[in-house]
Amino acid sequence: MSAPYAKLPAWVDYGLIPLINLTVAFAVAGLVVLAVGESPVRAAGLMIQGAFGYGEGIGFTLYYATNFIFTGLAVAVAFHCGLFNIGGEGQAYVAGLGVALPCLWLDQFAPWYLVFLAAIVGSALAGAAWALIPGWLQAKRGSHVVITTIMFNFIASSLMVYVLVDVLKPAGSMAPQTRAFAESGQLPRLDWMFSWAGVDMGGAPFNLSFLLALVMACVVWAVIWRTKLGYEIRTMGHSPSAARYAGIRESRIIIITMMMSGALAGMMALNPIMGDQHRMQLDFVGGAGFVGIAVALMGRSHPVGIVPAAILFGMLYQGGAEISFEMPQISRDMITIIQGLVILFAGALENMFRPAITTFFATMGTARAGKTLPAGE
Amino acid sequence: MNDIAIELKGIDKKFGLVHANKDIDLRVRKGTIHGIIGENGAGKSTLMSILYGFYQADDGDIFINGQKIVIKDPNVAIGAGIGMVHQHFMLVENFTVLENVMLGAEESQILTAGITKARQELRRLEHEYELEVDPDAIIEELPVGLQQRVEILKALYRGAEILILDEPTGVLTPDEADHLFRILEQLKDQGKTILLITHKLREIMAVTDEVSVMRRGEMVATRTTAETSVEELAELMVGRHVLLHVEKGPAAPGEVMLSVENLTVRDSRGVDMVKNVSFQVRAGEIVGIAGVAGNGQSELLQAVSGIRRAVSGKVWLDGEPVDVTSKDPSGLRQRGLAHVPEDRQHMGLVLKFDQSENSILGYHDDPKYSNGMFLDIDAIRKDAVDKIEKYDIRPPNPRLKTANFSGGNQQKIVLAREMERDPKVLIIGQPTRGVDVGAIEFIHKRIIEMRDAGKAVLLVSVELDEIRSLADRVLVMFDGRIVGERAPDTGERELGLLMAGVADAEEAAQ
Repeated sequence: MSAPYAKLPAWVDYGLIPLINLTVAFAVAGLVVLAVGESPVRAAGLMIQGAFGYGEGIGFTLYYATNFIFTGLAVAVAFHCGLFNIGGEGQAYVAGLGVALPCLWLDQFAPWYLVFLAAIVGSALAGAAWALIPGWLQAKRGSHVVITTIMFNFIASSLMVYVLVDVLKPAGSMAPQTRAFAESGQLPRLDWMFSWAGVDMGGAPFNLSFLLALVMACVVWAVIWRTKLGYEIRTMGHSPSAARYAGIRESRIIIITMMMSGALAGMMALNPIMGDQHRMQLDFVGGAGFVGIAVALMGRSHPVGIVPAAILFGMLYQGGAEISFEMPQISRDMITIIQGLVILFAGALENMFRPAITTFFATMGTARAGKTLPAGE
Repeated sequence: MNDIAIELKGIDKKFGLVHANKDIDLRVRKGTIHGIIGENGAGKSTLMSILYGFYQADDGDIFINGQKIVIKDPNVAIGAGIGMVHQHFMLVENFTVLENVMLGAEESQILTAGITKARQELRRLEHEYELEVDPDAIIEELPVGLQQRVEILKALYRGAEILILDEPTGVLTPDEADHLFRILEQLKDQGKTILLITHKLREIMAVTDEVSVMRRGEMVATRTTAETSVEELAELMVGRHVLLHVEKGPAAPGEVMLSVENLTVRDSRGVDMVKNVSFQVRAGEIVGIAGVAGNGQSELLQAVSGIRRAVSGKVWLDGEPVDVTSKDPSGLRQRGLAHVPEDRQHMGLVLKFDQSENSILGYHDDPKYSNGMFLDIDAIRKDAVDKIEKYDIRPPNPRLKTANFSGGNQQKIVLAREMERDPKVLIIGQPTRGVDVGAIEFIHKRIIEMRDAGKAVLLVSVELDEIRSLADRVLVMFDGRIVGERAPDTGERELGLLMAGVADAEEAAQ
């Protein structure tokens, strides 16, 4: 009698319910827009038009989505082990070093693909290293990763200010950033993908790291659901006592999972640094680490959910920028409110409409089957 | 009509495709203990949840003391004098007994007055019903039996006249269960009405006045307890004839397969739970460890199976020494030790995994299930289907989440996994806890088969009946020590006294 309600069909669970949550989030956001005296319909139009209406908009949407795929995957991997890695922000920030240093060093003589390879490895290692300490503290000392990863975000922030201002800033420059990379420190843009569709990408920085993000989504799926390591991670996440019974080494799994999570968050740094700015700037992560939490929640910690959720948040970022440009009444902060509402309804209030929908489908099922089954085993 | 405390008429409830309650009629006389019996999933808990307002019936009427009443939530039920003691306790673990009893009935924002009143009332209830509990004890520090008493006190504190107990003895030792039954008798003498939900026939026979049997969502019969028999009830429950007695031939013990010498084990608080214990298990015999829960059996099982470090002592598995100070359950598995843990829901299974995933828990490193670092999903599913067929696991779906299997079928998943490894030593804790009658018969048969196939079986159970019918030798554990070895046909009273720590049990039993 623990689960009295029948299971929902997958399309309802993964399609309809998120859609209803989103619709409600946008409806409430519409009220907010109405309250500041603008037309919600026009705002919605602007958002969609801004995010998907023309080549450059789409390019920006997918550029932002790339960041969120990486950070969303990072949070999801940790979730599967029952760990809440809030430190994606700091891990990505420190991983900037793993991208920038190979670029600064190699861009003079190596071809771009070698630089890219070195930067992938560098960002993953740096991100993993930054997650290793909280992971180790959790595994060996029981310090909660939520606390330690938050604190490591602050440490990362201070560290990077120091590094950028005192170490990597070229002499004589006023801006806290590295020098610009030469051409081989820059990732190819994906104009060709847009040309296929006959669209012009304009100045959008949509680049190769998007494809890397998709590859990583597949890798995460394979690791979590198809490897022994993934099996051990999921066992730990669902039931630590069952893991102990099975002889799974708890601290080992916690540390490995945190490092994998940190590595994924770290790879996010490739996109803005090598793909867009072609230099490392102060605060280049820009909150993507935290958006990753919402993306993982909304995507149910599954790559197939995370990619569309990341694109949705990419749309909010890009379309939101467009709205605040066109509607002076609506500031950037308003856009943050709308994003917050989406997180609230899609993540935190995920179960708000579920009981009603479940009942509805249960009754439908009964009616369709015509007769009921006995309450068997 | 005045002597009817509860009357249900035509109660009907569906959950989607599952027809949990079909047109149920029930009449419970005031001042009686009325048993409701049925296998897991027969609809007992649903019916009680409707009575207590957790669910709404789709159809049907409820009458309390002859008054028709609509119970839309538990507050209405409490108002009508219905109290419920849940199978899984609804207590705040780090609150005191007093705080838990008051919870939801504080009466005002400032607690002082309420506390004084509650303390007095608690003292009165304790005296009246032999329900002694220290009001200032923290719940998580109390043994399960006492926690249950707090649940009962909670209901009585809210003025319950009708008490529903859902599988109350599932977590209790025979001793604690006996005490509970004494409490129930006293409550009955005070005019309270008690509804006892269980799937244990013995309990029904021991305490109830009347008994109703449910099967597959239907109320199939109501009997006066004095006029029925265990056999009749079992047949009504399962719908076919059930073999209650385990048939087994004499044991043919061979080599010593598991040898434990002077083992001492501490629990997580640093208290010695197993003290200098020594015993041997031979191939082809079942050694049963009887004892009241909490006397070190769990720690002993965990230490021998490598989940918990021992402080000192020696263990040999098939003649080879085992390092008891390291935790290496995987290593022991490879050496031929299989372990069916006491707590299948938290240890033996991951409830969110599907059946096939649980079929490899602990053995996922086996090359049979993997290609290098990858799992061989096809091999795992095929293996799972084999086990489903061999152990008659229902529903036969390897991709179904384990949480959706009944208790008996969950246990079969664990047994299939451990027994099919063809181990040398099989350690089984509480093989039939929370398992329905039909499955118990099956599980017992399998355990005997393992013995007859020459395995050394170490069995721990708090069900004395189970130990007596399965074991070839019975060791009794009390306070961390093995206080005696007896033959399985030793009288229940003598074993019971040993379990209670009476040294001269033999004499005392005379």
